[in-house]
Amino acid sequence: MADIATTAPRKIIKGIDLKYQPGFSQITWFCIVVLYAPIAVLVLFSFNENRSVTVWTQFSLDWYAKAWENEGIQHAALVSLEVAFVAMVISTILATMAALVTTRTPPYRGMNIAVAVINQPLMVPEVVTAVATLIFFAIIKQATGISGIGYLIAAHTAFCIPFAYMPIRARLEDMDLSLEQAAADLYAPPFKVFRRVTLPLLMPGILAGAMLAFIVSLDDVIITLFVAGPGETTLPLYILGQIRRGVTPEINAVSTVFLGISVILVTFIFLFGKDKK
Amino acid sequence: MSDQPSANIQLSSSAVAEEKRLRNTRLGLLAPGILTIFCIGIMPLSIVLVYSFLEPGDFGGVSWVLSFDAYVQLLFEEDIFDETLSFTTDYLQIFLRSVSLGLFTTIACLLVGFPTAYFIATQPPARRNAWLFLITIPFWTNLLIRTYAMLLILRDQGIINLALIEIGLIDRAIPLLYTDFAVCLGLVYAYLPFMVLPIFASLEKLDFRLVEASYDLYATRFKVLKRIIIPLAKPGIAAGCILVLIPSLGAFITPALLGGGKSLMIGNLIELQFGQARNWPFGSAIALVLMVLVMLSLMTYLRYGTTRKGAPGHG
Amino acid sequence: MKSKIFMMIMAMSLTFTVGTVSAAGDLHIYNWGNYTNPEMIEKFEKMHGVKVTLDGYDSNETMLAKVEQGGSGYDIVVPGDYMIAIMVKKGLLERVEPNKMSNFKNVDPKWVDVYWDEGRNYSIPYQWGTTNFTVDSTVYKGDVDTLALLFDPPAELKGRINMLKDMNDVINAGLRYLTYPRCNANKAQLKELNTMLVKAKANWRTMDYSVIEKLTSKDVDLSQSWNGAAMRARKDRPELVYSYPKEGFTGWMDNVAVLKGAPNLENAKLFINFMMTPEAAGMTSNLASYANGILGSEKYMREELTTAPEIVMPAGAPAPEFVPPCAQEVTDLYSKIWTNLNK
Repeated sequence: MADIATTAPRKIIKGIDLKYQPGFSQITWFCIVVLYAPIAVLVLFSFNENRSVTVWTQFSLDWYAKAWENEGIQHAALVSLEVAFVAMVISTILATMAALVTTRTPPYRGMNIAVAVINQPLMVPEVVTAVATLIFFAIIKQATGISGIGYLIAAHTAFCIPFAYMPIRARLEDMDLSLEQAAADLYAPPFKVFRRVTLPLLMPGILAGAMLAFIVSLDDVIITLFVAGPGETTLPLYILGQIRRGVTPEINAVSTVFLGISVILVTFIFLFGKDKK
Repeated sequence: MSDQPSANIQLSSSAVAEEKRLRNTRLGLLAPGILTIFCIGIMPLSIVLVYSFLEPGDFGGVSWVLSFDAYVQLLFEEDIFDETLSFTTDYLQIFLRSVSLGLFTTIACLLVGFPTAYFIATQPPARRNAWLFLITIPFWTNLLIRTYAMLLILRDQGIINLALIEIGLIDRAIPLLYTDFAVCLGLVYAYLPFMVLPIFASLEKLDFRLVEASYDLYATRFKVLKRIIIPLAKPGIAAGCILVLIPSLGAFITPALLGGGKSLMIGNLIELQFGQARNWPFGSAIALVLMVLVMLSLMTYLRYGTTRKGAPGHG
Repeated sequence: MKSKIFMMIMAMSLTFTVGTVSAAGDLHIYNWGNYTNPEMIEKFEKMHGVKVTLDGYDSNETMLAKVEQGGSGYDIVVPGDYMIAIMVKKGLLERVEPNKMSNFKNVDPKWVDVYWDEGRNYSIPYQWGTTNFTVDSTVYKGDVDTLALLFDPPAELKGRINMLKDMNDVINAGLRYLTYPRCNANKAQLKELNTMLVKAKANWRTMDYSVIEKLTSKDVDLSQSWNGAAMRARKDRPELVYSYPKEGFTGWMDNVAVLKGAPNLENAKLFINFMMTPEAAGMTSNLASYANGILGSEKYMREELTTAPEIVMPAGAPAPEFVPPCAQEVTDLYSKIWTNLNK
């Protein structure tokens, strides 16, 4: 990722700063403000004692306590975490395997198709996937009589795969082949090379992919809306139900907690995803 | 995988065996992932295709009778009162609304996202990461929550109106919520990072010596932007547009929440068929038409937004 | 690598089976959202050692759609009156015969022989109420008891109205306003209804179930509403007045029923019996703010429920009309009007 333009100090030629474009920094700041304003409102008023989002009375952690005790929220959170965790593990493993054989090789027959298939969930609007999955699972359920949260997990795993795939592939492409070639030159068998050299180097990408998959699964609304069965209300579904009915600041509190989780995870992604040579 | 480039034709049997082993390894590693997505992503789509040619079952599901009713219904309406088929624009209107909203959202994202991506890409590395971090975080918070927060801000008793009244610019609240504007804003808000990140990836690799060269030739800043920077960022721009357009076309929760439920988008229409309206074939037909729209966009992307080798420019 | 794959397969099969093994102590309830008293559920859980899961829907049709496709996994549903009739006809409900259960004597006799379940072989009363609208009396100061406010509103209400996103509620109100009969197959009349509704829509701000939220946040000043929701909204916005239009209005009753093929049939029956106790009914009313159909529940209900204008109809109000499901051809016509309205 190193190139002249960004590592050298900003060149000023004939009094012109090469990289400056008028108004761009203002637009960026505006962007940040717009992106964060709603979040700020949410977080701020989760600490507000009264229910309104426009009138501040006093600081209070009441809503967090209420949310903590709310059985509906508890159950939904547990379901969300369970589904996200399993989906993350499986999709990351599958994505790693796929990434290993679709990058850094000369193109072979079917490689492009394979990559297209892997990215397919990104190319279809969620509502279509949701509907298709609903129909498909309904058929299977009627034919086999098996039900359970496995369906939801399977659906989540499928759309998590491309999200896990992207960072892993990016990391692979950045990796220096020479280390692996050196190991191979030393007569190490391919699998050992993989385990001792490739995998550790790849780990930041894998972790980034895993976290991406986790967050994506945690957040999903549309597919879960169509596919979830009894007792499988995830947190986003619960929130959706509440939004339609009149939201209490408990939702703000829960959202803030989730925001916190996302921030921590994104921080990790950044720390792990940075170039480590 | 340590793979030695094999440029020569391999004649020895051990080399052929090696080749075979390589292929098997590839297959073995690819298979699970491909199979999962095929089973859960691709095959169900073909079922949707089949369902669109069936008749609706009573109260949901389908009955296995071949029928083109679903597709006919898209364009023709059996007049309630005298049962003649007449061309109707009802559903075309809904498609048009969704497509225009999708396009508006994409353009708005582009107008705001490109400068943002450029600005971040031209920061010194340490600050650049900080900016990226800032931009990424909202992306990873639950969309539903962010949309709801937007609702809180836009409504009549929300922050914007209250602030404007406080300042004295207006007397009564402006109805911002439950309008097309609110829906568009909500969608832009949701998908902006999808635009910024690919453009950023493209711009990061930009070789500013080209820029320097054009300044040497006394080009104005604007011309540099138009003739050099934007064309070089084209892969990222195209990728960003696709990543925003596709979800926007199928969005329905954001439009439902921010739009007030009075007008339908394609996504709402599909949801309706699988819920209250209980017409699965029709819902499937609509979903397929949506897929066709998406395919068209993708083909446009592949044609204009990728390098000649067919790989997306930003990897 | 192999052991990883093995563990993966184990994990996946475990998650599949956990769902299918129905533990002796489970019950899956599918009810309207925000309609089940959590304390009441706790009481039931403690009494019978059953673990209850609760999921929500926002309309009868959504529930039916989910249940109809089979294998939903739910035991208990709470459909409205006309929906019970439909589900019985379609063979979707288990004939659990509440009329033979020990607590049946508590059911108010006037709710036993109802058009949707004569003699009560499938269901028991849950909550009942009326569907009208409620309006802020400081915004509109005139007579509230007329449907004209929905379909031909005065200037101060234009653009400040929310309608329920429910085909039957909107169409039936429209038919009453035009003084046409319900379950109407008269095409000329329906055409007039169609035109009238489309014209009226311009004055509506939203069409949404989240009535309480819209009223209390002052997004709208008038909303079509069920009476209990109106009462709950009035708590946060005291100026609201519930209307009893002279043109007539719908009465409805939600009923607890057991799905055919329910995985936990015995627990479901226990729940039905439990719901016929005055205390359970009272707890439900306290949460949802509607009347129930169980005798003796008044002593468990909040005082205001016995006196509120939303619950106790004023003397001159017309009797609520319980509308049975219409013939399929009528429903098809209604669907067309509804889609046309929503496009």
